[in-house]
This record gives sequence, C-alpha cells and structure tokens, in this order.
Amino acid sequence: MSKQGLPRRGPAVGSSARRTEGPEKLSGRALYLDDHDIPGCLFGVTVRSEIPRGRIKNIVFDPAFPWSECVVATARDVPTNVVALIEDDQPLLADGVVRHALEPIALIAHESRARAYEALRFVRVEYEELPPVLTIEDSLARREILYGSDNVFKRYVIRRGDVDKGLRESHVVVEGEYRVPHQEQAYIENNAMAAWWKDGALTVTGSLQCPYYVHKAMKRLFGLADGQVRVIQTTTGGGFGGKEEYPNMIGGHAAVLARKAGRPVKIVYDRAEDMAATTKRHPAVVRHKTGLSRDGRLLAQDIQVVMDGGAYVTLSPVVLSRGAIHAAGPYECPNVRVDASVLATNTPPNGAFRGFGAPQTLFAAELHWEKIAQKTGWDPLELRRKNAFREGSVTATGQVLKESVGARDVLERAVKKSGYVKKRSAYERWNRDPKKPCWKGIGLALVQHGGGFTGSGEVHLASRAAVSIDREGLVRVLAASTEIGQGTNTMFSQIAADALGVPREWVEVETPDTAKVPDSGPTVASRTCMVVGGLLRRAALDLRAALAAAAGGSCPKTRGGLQRAAARLCAGNKEKRFEARYEPPPGVRWDDTTYSGDAYAVYSYAAVAADLEVDKTSFEVRVKKITTAQDIGRAINPLLAEGQVTGGVAQAVGWALYENVVMKNGRMANPQLTNYIIPTALDTPPMDVTLVEKPFSGGPFGAKGVGELPIDVPAPAIAAAIKQATGVLIPELPLLPETIHRHL
Amino acid sequence: MNLTVNGKKRSFGGAPFKRLIDVLREDFRLTGTKEGCGEGECGACTVLLDGEPVNSCLIPVAQAEGRRVETIESLASSQKLGVLQEAFLKRGGAQCGICTPGMVMTAEYWRRTGGSSEPGAVRNVLAGNLCRCTGYQHIVDSVIEALQRKGKGKREKFE
Repeated sequence: MSKQGLPRRGPAVGSSARRTEGPEKLSGRALYLDDHDIPGCLFGVTVRSEIPRGRIKNIVFDPAFPWSECVVATARDVPTNVVALIEDDQPLLADGVVRHALEPIALIAHESRARAYEALRFVRVEYEELPPVLTIEDSLARREILYGSDNVFKRYVIRRGDVDKGLRESHVVVEGEYRVPHQEQAYIENNAMAAWWKDGALTVTGSLQCPYYVHKAMKRLFGLADGQVRVIQTTTGGGFGGKEEYPNMIGGHAAVLARKAGRPVKIVYDRAEDMAATTKRHPAVVRHKTGLSRDGRLLAQDIQVVMDGGAYVTLSPVVLSRGAIHAAGPYECPNVRVDASVLATNTPPNGAFRGFGAPQTLFAAELHWEKIAQKTGWDPLELRRKNAFREGSVTATGQVLKESVGARDVLERAVKKSGYVKKRSAYERWNRDPKKPCWKGIGLALVQHGGGFTGSGEVHLASRAAVSIDREGLVRVLAASTEIGQGTNTMFSQIAADALGVPREWVEVETPDTAKVPDSGPTVASRTCMVVGGLLRRAALDLRAALAAAAGGSCPKTRGGLQRAAARLCAGNKEKRFEARYEPPPGVRWDDTTYSGDAYAVYSYAAVAADLEVDKTSFEVRVKKITTAQDIGRAINPLLAEGQVTGGVAQAVGWALYENVVMKNGRMANPQLTNYIIPTALDTPPMDVTLVEKPFSGGPFGAKGVGELPIDVPAPAIAAAIKQATGVLIPELPLLPETIHRHL
Repeated sequence: MNLTVNGKKRSFGGAPFKRLIDVLREDFRLTGTKEGCGEGECGACTVLLDGEPVNSCLIPVAQAEGRRVETIESLASSQKLGVLQEAFLKRGGAQCGICTPGMVMTAEYWRRTGGSSEPGAVRNVLAGNLCRCTGYQHIVDSVIEALQRKGKGKREKFE
C-alpha cells in the first residue's frame, strides 16, 4: 500500500495499454448486429404514429400488398404490453391511443429488407386526433392533462439552510433564466437488435448498453423466468445513453415478431427512424436567483429546473434527479433550494444521454457567473476561486466532501495552460478595434460530476462481478458492463491483471451475455470503472489469495506456476469463480425522503477554457482551442481516459454550436445527418487535455468516473467566450449564427 | 458485371442500381464496410474506387463495373495490421469502431497519395468522415503517426 492507503499502480494500471478489441475493429472483423448472418432471419420494420396525440380508430392493411408474405404484429400479440423500466406507463405497441408522433403501432417482418419497407407504404392508420401538448409551456399551462393531475412525472426539492433569509441578507441578488434544447446521441451505428425463440426460451442480441435491463424487460413482456431469457451484446457502435433504455423497446419488437413468425427477426433502424423515434437529451428551462455577500461569496442559490420528459416516464425521474443534484454547481453555498420537475408532453420520450441531466443544469449554473459578473463588475474567475469546493466543503444535499476534491486544481490548471488571464485582457483590446473582421473571446466553466448511481441507487442495484480461472490457468473477467467504445474491455483487463499480479495478456474479458456473466448493473452513470472495476478488483484479490494458498505460499508469477495452482484450485471442476457484490463505503448515508445526504460516493471535476472567434459578418463561431483539466482520480488507462475527454468535449461543442433538433408538430423535422449537424474534424478544435489524478480511496487503484464529466463543461465556457466576444450574454443553445444575430 | 474487389475478380448478376455497399456486404459478405446514414454524410461506408475514396452508399454497383474496389478487409491479414491500423491502435484512433473502417480508408488514400502530415491538412481530408466518440484528436494523431512512421511520431501541436 502507498502512503495514501491506496494500492500501488502495477504495470498495467496507469499504462496506455492498447485497446483489447482494437485489431478486430481496425481490420473490419468486429461484428456489429447487422454484420451477423443469422440463418432464416426475417427483417422487421415498424408502423409508427403520424400524429402526436389521438385515438387509433383503425389500422388498415391495404389488400393491394400481398400480406401473406409478411408476419404482422400489433398490441394484441404482446402478452404483457409494458416496456418495463421505472413506471409501467409505456406500451411496447400503442393500443388504442397514441401519445407521441412516431409511437410504434404495429410491426411487419419480411424475408427481404426492401419488401419490408415497401409494405409500410400499404398500412394506413385512422385516428381521432386530440389536442397535443408539445412544449414545457403547454404542459405547465395544464389545459390538457396527460399524466397524473398536473402533468408532472416527478418533482424533487433539495433544501439546505434558509434561502429566503440568505437572499434577504445578500449584498446583491442576480436573476437569470437559461434554456437548453434536445440533443441527439447520434452514435454512428443506429439502434439494432435481433431475437429468436427455441423451446419456449428467448434469445435477444444486439447493440446495447445494459444487458440486464433488456433481460428484465423481456421477462415482463412474455412472462418468462430468469433462465428463459438470454441477452447477448454484439459489438456496439456507440451508445452515449441512446442504447440504455431503447433496446428494451426494439428488442421487444424483434421478440414479438420472432415469436409470431417462429423464425429469427432482426430490426435495424435507418438514420431517419433512429433520429426521429428514439430518445434524446431532455430540453430544460433553468432559473437562478443568486445572492452574494459584499466580498463575492455565495449566500443563497434559489434554483428552479423544469425538464421536458416527453410522452412516457421512461428514465426521466433519474435524469431529473441528477440534474437537480448538480444544479448548484461545484460551489459551497450555505442556503440552497433546488425545485426541479419533469413534465409530460406529446413528444417522443426523452431519455438517457451522457451527462444525464447534469449538462442542462450546469450550463445554467456556470453561465450565471457571467450574468453575475455583468451585474456586479466582479471577475468571473475570482468569483469561482472564492466559492469553489475544497476538501471539507458541504454540498447542496448536505454531503461533506471528504477526499479527492480537485475543483480548484482543475480550474487553476485550465486557467494557466490556456493563458486565460492574458487572453481575456488582450481580447478586450482586440474587440475595441472596429476594423478587425472578428471578435475574440475566451470563457471559463467549472463543473462536478457524481460517479455511480445517485443516493441509495448503488445499494438497490447490488451489482455483482466476477473473475474466474479455468484448469489451464486462463483468467476471465465476468461482468455485464458493455464495451461501447469507452474502453471497458481494456480497462477491466488492466484492473484484474494488476490485482492478480499477472500480465494483462493473461486476462480475457467475457462478452456480456446473461447466460455467462452476473448482473453488474447498467453501463451508465460513469460507474463502470469506479463501481464495477472496484468489484472486479476485489474478486481478483480473492482469486489471488486462493491461488497463493493452492501454490502453498505466494501467488505464482510464471505461466506454468499459475497453471499448476489453477489446476489444483479447480479440483476437477472446469473453472473456479470468485464473485464480489457491491457494498456501500462505510459512513455513506442518503435520505430519499428529504433528498439529502451523500448523493454520490465521490465527484469528478473538470474545467474548460474555450478560446474562440465570432465572425462579424456571418456570426459564425470558430472555436480555436479547448483547454481542459479533468480530475478523474487515478487514470487506469490515460490514453483511453483522454479519449473520453476529447470525445465528450466534441459532443458538447456540437450541442453548444451546431446541433439543432427542429421540432414540428411534435416530431423532429430534420432527422438526417445532412441537416442535424454534428461536428466534423474541422469543426472540432484542437484540445489540450490535462488529467488531474486526485486519487479516491473508494475506487479501484484510486479511480473515479470519467465518461460523462467531459460533456458537462464546454457549452457554458463557449457561451461565456461568446459573451466576451460579442458583449451579449445569450442564455440559450445552440449558438447558431442566427441565434447570435437575434440577440445582437 | 465484373469488378475487382480487394485484388480478386468478382462478378455480380443482380440489379445494376443496387448500392455498392449492399453488394459488398450482402453479396460478397464483406461486412467491414459500415452504413451510418445512407446519404453520403457520415463516411462510414467509405471504400476506395480506383484508389479514390467514395461513399459506397451513394454508388450504384454498375458504376464500379470494370473498376477496382478496395475495402477495409484489404488492409490487414489476419495476423498483421497495416501501418495505419497499427498507428490507430497505438494512438487511440478507434473507440466504438463503427466509423473506423471508413476513416482508415480515407486516411489510406491520403497516405498513398503522399498527403501532408500537417494537422490542418489531415483534419481537412477526414472532414467527410464523422466520428462521435473520439473528438477526432486521437484520429488525427494516428494518421500523423502513420504518415511520419519513418521519422518519430509527433502529436498534434498547439500554438
């Protein structure tokens, strides 16, 4: 053990080991769902609602099409018509009522993909239309009630101290309202799943993040027992949350068709269907009323958050929860009130997207410093320095931050490496010159991101992960955490290898397959490395102790020694398996009724300085450089961790500047990569990334979460830089040239 | 009709307007070429046609008649990766991997034609290939690494 009480990094942990499945991906041999040749497989397509709200009067299958070629399924073919998640309000296929445009109504399977799509043109749905609720404002107006008595899916109130008193005693009070839009995950592999039945048992396979979510949903749909459903992940071409809950839907559709057809069925969305019909980031409106002391210290934060949940509950309560807990930013304030709601509308359900509610509320929290600076004349960097978390700070939920608090470190690193202070004043001078063709700006943001499920979530999940060894000495990692590009396979093998004290090459990572791996919980919430990686380390240490005992002393270091010890350990069995189950760190407490306590085991921190130009004629924004420092605890694999940072930053640059989901009558009007613009290599600036490694004693080898943190921080920094450049604080996204033009 | 795919003569008897990507994936079972959007925006389906990068989702197979098609499968044997693929592995240029075959084929064109290893030029040539995972930086690093294989690999520099 090192002096901080953390296990020492071995040869594997801390090295930029090469991606385990990299050679398969680079040579084109990796098989994504649509690359699998499934014998006898039919292709499934979906009949979807054309209107946002109404009653289905009739589904007409035009006799001009030879329907005998197809298998057709409707709600009547679904034994329990519920997509199991948090609530039971969402049907797998609409039954009599449609609540959003593109809601699935019927399914068609055909041997030929082209004929299946052709068949869709011969289905007509007759509706009795009802008045739709399409925006947050419509939902708040409550002229139409879609859910409960008030359209509120979920509300949380977080309270610390006395906000009204704090505001009364403040030297200055600043108010602001911020609006953030939808964002499409835009993984390059669209949603795709296949299913088949054999002897009453169901196998579902495809592009997904959470095998055991799909497992649970299938059991519910068809009334099956644990052993009658098997879920296997195929190589997955990106997720970003977009394959967290939606595979329950598309997997269920494939399973319903396969059951009726008696043959395998696969469903692969095309881009337009994927973009228009599947989940997106929740749009939100966030209001801040902030009181500060004479010397710039936070005295009160009164924050209201309203999110658009779409037509069904899906994951909205948990997205809202994370948004609410992060709403006050990484700052200490004695009096905080966060009142957060998520509302029902007649739009496709919004869902999980990297950051999971935090980017929405952190955009508001961080840009609000510019508002405060504008009103008071104080410097936004100095304000952050005065108020940022340090060890011992108390958060809005009353959590005492005991260790691994890198907020100030990342802020100072980003400020220093970007030359923020110098550039800030140089750009001020530059912008005074009317002859220059562009304005320049540099802006800051600082954020926190909690690792793992919120509050008691990890305790309820009770995740398990295992390490096994067979008689030949082959070590296998057994976990349901999926590789979706973020590096799970590589990082798990590094953790297991060092815990065992063997080379990484001796460790294999099993494909997530519910017939082979225990339920490690979902691959979400920046929890794979910190939580599941921690379980694997414990399991590997148990294996190591058992091997040492079998070898009669210490754990064998040679391949031959390991094989002999493994053979003895397995004692005639094929393999020996060591499993660890989640246990909450000692002293962690959380109260769901008051929404207070230790919201997360630990937070990660990030700062960004965004350096950009705004063209004076076209109002086009060109980001010249992003400088970022990110405290992610010990980096298990610095190259992969840096890849998470650069990828998250690019996605946030897209959200801030380019990505514009245009909704018309409740449906996305631009569901194409032609007109929904995600950043190219030319739109994405060079990035200067510093990993700040403040070790966390509760994570494997000191690791914290990294997956989501990077997407929380760039958008407010870009908006702040545009404020410096143009002189106008624009409290909304995306900052398209026309948005800037409208505000100037 | 006849065409050369990865150095082998192949013939195709189906509809001449069938998309090249579908002929490659369905008829020749070369599934390394990926479809991301079907409208020539994302570049995941990039293959080389007579050495030039094209979106195989926009090309009717008839247009490839008598011509040379190269896909990702041509760049590596099962044992050994090509120079670009090695560089992508070392520099973290592949994450989820779905854009990777198209990205590598575009970079292969650039490498063969003696393209510049200057970061701006590399970003420019890759601008037709969308990646949602990497933020491009490690892809740019990978391509530069491969282009400079003889010298020492240097990473993208900032001002």
